[in-house]
Amino acid sequence: MKTEILDAVESKSLKKDIPYFEIGDIVDVRCRIREGDKERTQIFTGTVIARKGRGINENFTVRRIVNNEGVERIFPLHSPNVLDVRAIRSGKTRRAKLYYLRKRTGKAVRLAQRHSTHTVSK
Amino acid sequence: MLLGKKVGMTQIYDELGKLVPVTVIQAGPCVVMQVKTAETDGYNAVQLGFDDVKPGRRKHPQIGHAKKADTTPKKFIKEMRLAGAAEQQYEVGNSVTVSVFAEEEFVDVVGTSKGKGFAGVMKRHGFGGFPASHGTERKHRAPGSISSFASNAGHGGGPKRGKKMAGHMGNCRVTTKNHKLVDIDEEKNLLVVKGSVPGPAGGYCIVRSAKKA
Repeated sequence: MKTEILDAVESKSLKKDIPYFEIGDIVDVRCRIREGDKERTQIFTGTVIARKGRGINENFTVRRIVNNEGVERIFPLHSPNVLDVRAIRSGKTRRAKLYYLRKRTGKAVRLAQRHSTHTVSK
Repeated sequence: MLLGKKVGMTQIYDELGKLVPVTVIQAGPCVVMQVKTAETDGYNAVQLGFDDVKPGRRKHPQIGHAKKADTTPKKFIKEMRLAGAAEQQYEVGNSVTVSVFAEEEFVDVVGTSKGKGFAGVMKRHGFGGFPASHGTERKHRAPGSISSFASNAGHGGGPKRGKKMAGHMGNCRVTTKNHKLVDIDEEKNLLVVKGSVPGPAGGYCIVRSAKKA
């Protein structure tokens, strides 16, 4: 009863259509950035290495290498500031959390392409 | 004023995309159990009841009192003082719902805080305690000196009245003021207020329009 009510309150803030992507996919995350009263869109590209939480707390971690330095960003899935998540390449994985990628450098970071059922948008 | 039950806390996004912590309160519908007037009771007030209870679980005086309002006995009954002529809007047996807050922007919430048992001064009053090391022995969370013989704190020694010491903490009436009213659900009788309110989930609370400091 209690969680039903809380879920109902939360659900007003949840996004209706969440783009489909899987762990290991390389994604473009379009996020809205507010600087003072100006708004602009920033695209963060990287590998989805984790997805955790439920309901409004669900978030995903995107990792990329910038100047030989690993950069990870955690995005709240339902945040209005995360405008769009687009999978551009699928990756073959056997785990739900790809934290082992943190120890890898260079070519070893790449994941094999998966011939999966979900379509990757162009 | 409205009586309610704390459901729990969650988060929602505001229009700027910021995550706001909110508390959900199941408020009302409350039944007007009694209207007190200056002629009959010496003061003007309205008595509200919330949360039904089986009549068999209450004694006859409570059942009879509820019957006057043509309702079942209530678990949580509170009175609100009225300033004179405003009493006409309340009639015995009528119900009060969350719609009374439709035009409010801020509310105060009164609840009973969670009991903490016998708590020391660091937890109860935020004292600093003593260092963890550098020779401190058996005094890490002690209150320190509470008075001296010659201090003007007491009279001829003895602690001053009201000296902050260890003791029972929590389980008392607490008011938190000026919660922003984020959302009202008239269908489900829900109030969504910003921030945390006193008491456990499932605890009774009183919601009233903010007095504003």
